[in-house]
Amino acid sequence: MARVWYRLGPILTVVIAIFVLWYAGTVALNAPWAHDKAKRAGVELSFSELVSDTMSQQKPKLPAPHQVGQEIWKTTGAMVAKGRAFSKRSLLYHSMVTLSSTLLGFALGTALGIALAVGIVYNRTMDMSVMPWVIASQTIPILAIAPMIIVVLNAIGISGLLPKAVISMYLSFFPVVVGMVKGLRSPDHMQLDQMKTWFATRGQEFWKLRLPSSMPYLFTSLKIAMAASLVGAIVGELPTGAVAGLGARLLAGSYYGQTIQIWSALITAAALAAALVGLIGLIQTMVLKRMGMVR
Amino acid sequence: MIWIVAGFAAWAIGWWVNVQLSKRPKTRATGLAVPAIFGITIIVIWECMVHGLEISPVLLPPPSMIAARFAGSTGILWQDFVQTVIKGALSGYILGCGAAFLIAVLIDRFPFLQRGLLPVGNFVAALPIIGMAPILVMWFGFDWQSKAAVVVVMVFFPMLVNTVQGLQATDHMQRDLMRTYAANYMQTLLKLRLPAAMPFIFNGLKIATTLALIGAIVAEFFGSPIKGMGFRISTSVGQLALDLVWAEIVVAAVVGSAFYGGVALLEKAVTFWHPSQRG
Repeated sequence: MARVWYRLGPILTVVIAIFVLWYAGTVALNAPWAHDKAKRAGVELSFSELVSDTMSQQKPKLPAPHQVGQEIWKTTGAMVAKGRAFSKRSLLYHSMVTLSSTLLGFALGTALGIALAVGIVYNRTMDMSVMPWVIASQTIPILAIAPMIIVVLNAIGISGLLPKAVISMYLSFFPVVVGMVKGLRSPDHMQLDQMKTWFATRGQEFWKLRLPSSMPYLFTSLKIAMAASLVGAIVGELPTGAVAGLGARLLAGSYYGQTIQIWSALITAAALAAALVGLIGLIQTMVLKRMGMVR
Repeated sequence: MIWIVAGFAAWAIGWWVNVQLSKRPKTRATGLAVPAIFGITIIVIWECMVHGLEISPVLLPPPSMIAARFAGSTGILWQDFVQTVIKGALSGYILGCGAAFLIAVLIDRFPFLQRGLLPVGNFVAALPIIGMAPILVMWFGFDWQSKAAVVVVMVFFPMLVNTVQGLQATDHMQRDLMRTYAANYMQTLLKLRLPAAMPFIFNGLKIATTLALIGAIVAEFFGSPIKGMGFRISTSVGQLALDLVWAEIVVAAVVGSAFYGGVALLEKAVTFWHPSQRG
């Protein structure tokens, strides 16, 4: 019990502190508008009236956590209860749109990243010529050219999922390349020599030594790649003109000043990111345990 | 047709030269030449393919056209650079990294806060923070202040997590030695723990350079005055002026690489003692 408290206590404290600050911020940021309204109505606000008003505005500067929670429930759980889980007003629908392009981009990026890493490890020319560009490619703010990728791919007739997935792919291949190169090179000389004394072919060396020993590195990179891929999918949805997806919800919310909608999309995106990264973490523990690599 | 042949020839020559170069022992010159040749080959192939396959410049302008546009609109590019990079990204970068550094030093004194903030910070660093952009644009207005705010939020957590980890990088032996010297908290901090934390701090600073540029540019998609790189990119895409978009991308790439390179150079100067820098 004491150990659980030692680990969870501080985290709980910080989380509670965040909520307290959030509520305080709600009151502070929304107070001017509440005062404004009261002045026009010609009434004095008592403190408790002020607080309750700041918590229940239609378009607050900062919505209170419970308002966001209600909005999320209204657009997910309540929609499911009404049997309209995937109507266009449902956050589930938008999450699915974002999720599908995130996963496609993540799969493409991981495949590209692993392929590049294998090439880099086994081919000296590729190592010397491609690796610096892989690193340089990430100093380019790729998200900035997201609109162009979308428009250009649309113009040649590719629309829908793939353009967004391309952006996710671009963001997610980098951590995989770097991690896998490190991982595939992690067996030391002793182990490589041992493979040589066993007369192992290059293929055997790859499948039986290099690939297994790169697994811990792979999973660490996959977590980063997944988070990056989600960001790519959300930004990729912005220039399509707010059709569908969490990014589109963000943009639509910012056009119409629907702060509660923005926040609920944001929280949903955060939950999605946490779930995806957590899922990879789970697979990681399972795989590494079976491989006998968990300490 | 001749363009396509030229493209393949360029590819073959570039590849052959690189194979020859990489067979030699690795020196500084080949280390720079090989990637340079690779880059030039790609640009030549791009130019040849655009002409050879008659790709419309509306879809993919050839590099020569981009270069011409770049030279022709330096005024606009400079104006956008000042608005987005200097005012938005740089001020946000300094504020965000500075604040994260100070707070990291503060929470380092309280192990309770440390154990609470590190997992939360790690969690937040994995979230799609860029989504905060529309909210911050709403709060701080359309001008550069809101872009700086987005950058602050984006760089804060990676920097915080790295600094806190760095401050824990000293081992017991070293701290005990400082105690036998009767060093007080400030002396231990300044003479042992901050220098030892520098590799971690610079890691955070390097990650933050890319995030800062991304934040400043993407925040402009949600509303901006009529200048700035993000504004120019989104409006030029709408007008199908893709050569101008590519010119902006060239600026962004050069700025991003220079920013990163600058921090890396600074790191080399500050952490010259670290094994990764001596190699």
